[in-house]
Amino acid sequence: MHFTGKDIVKIDNLIEKLDEIDLVNPYSMTASEKMPFLQDLMNSLTSFHYNNCIGYRNFTSVFNDSVNHPLDIDSIPFLPVRMFKQHDLFSLDKSFIFKTLNSSGTSGQSVSKIHLDATTAKRQSKILSSITKNFIGDARIPMIIADSNELFKDRAKLNARAAGILGFSVFGRNHFYCLDKDLNLLVEGLIEFLDKHRDGPIFIFGFTFIVWQSLIQYAIKNQVKFDFGNQSVLIHGGGWKKLEDQKVSNHEFKQALHDHLGIKLVHNYYGMVEQVGSIFMECEHGYLHCPNYAEVIIRDPLNFDVLPFNREGVIQVLSALPVSYPGHSLLTEDLGTVHGEDDCGCGRKGKYFTVSGRMPLAELRGCSDTREVKI
Amino acid sequence: MEDRVRAQFVECFGISKEIVVDELEYASIPQWDSVAHMSLIVCLEDEFDIMIETDDVIDMSSFKKAKEIVNKYL
Repeated sequence: MHFTGKDIVKIDNLIEKLDEIDLVNPYSMTASEKMPFLQDLMNSLTSFHYNNCIGYRNFTSVFNDSVNHPLDIDSIPFLPVRMFKQHDLFSLDKSFIFKTLNSSGTSGQSVSKIHLDATTAKRQSKILSSITKNFIGDARIPMIIADSNELFKDRAKLNARAAGILGFSVFGRNHFYCLDKDLNLLVEGLIEFLDKHRDGPIFIFGFTFIVWQSLIQYAIKNQVKFDFGNQSVLIHGGGWKKLEDQKVSNHEFKQALHDHLGIKLVHNYYGMVEQVGSIFMECEHGYLHCPNYAEVIIRDPLNFDVLPFNREGVIQVLSALPVSYPGHSLLTEDLGTVHGEDDCGCGRKGKYFTVSGRMPLAELRGCSDTREVKI
Repeated sequence: MEDRVRAQFVECFGISKEIVVDELEYASIPQWDSVAHMSLIVCLEDEFDIMIETDDVIDMSSFKKAKEIVNKYL
């Protein structure tokens, strides 16, 4: 890739563009409005990271020798998410590191390290707020967290689970952590909380597997029903891997919440520590939605060609938010399908999709001509 | 008003009132981390009997900003 001097994006220009992002309705843009907007931001971010992060530059130089600038959205280079497990990638001076997010991820051993500066962290919070408010409304409402507050005991070392909970806790008040340190349900406390708040909306947040294991399974095994009132909303995320192993579908998950807890509004989200903030939230019709400042592209896992709608492939995620690290275009290890754009029954604009699982464990290798590329 | 906001910072973070100045910023001291931030919001809401909105929770990035935000609700 060759960038000339005039293409070098100064961080101030980039931030100016990002600050113009519409926070009121994150699903306002149709394809024809979104394409030039996102293409401009993606090219600016690519250029910025290319000029400021040597690891990113080396990676993209190897894979894109002669790409012209500006690039189509489809041609923006994508880093495998694994890169953040193997390399420390940062595009600003080290002195700007405000906090570092870690994730163990599904693959276990290695940990992603995502360095944020204060501005990027704040922008992530604002975008997350804009998306979440679209589903639960503007007011901060009584909140139940399907987890244990023991997570915050060692404040110096908060894990991804704790960080996720903190990110969402700004939408709630009177926070109640309904599990003990062994993730057993605090039944009495929960009933007391529900009795006090069920006349209005209650916001419940938790990780998919923990909600299933500690809330739903408790109710099923003990044959009890909880009454969360008529206006409660559950938002959950973190992946389906463990539930897939138990053959639990999204439909069964929702049905169980409805039958045993009386929760009718349930939104799963798809997101990752490498792109905090611009999450993809599930709508009332069961589809994950791309907000204005993020996009998904489905690629053929064998040759990385872009696949048309309704074809399953590996998910590439693009987000306009990562400024401090080159995470604006990533190839995930998840499989999914885009079902359409701008015409979901829920009324939100943008692409809508589903995630079907993780790629079978496979290492990408050629035959004998493998060579290590130094990053 | 300023003294009442300062008193919440002192109580919530367990810090001395001398360091609660306009320039005191979120995450600039270990006591004001993301966990303590939510406690601070609760303390301010109780003290002034107000309900702070989500965006203001996120925007409260310094002592100076905290005073401005609280003032909006009074």
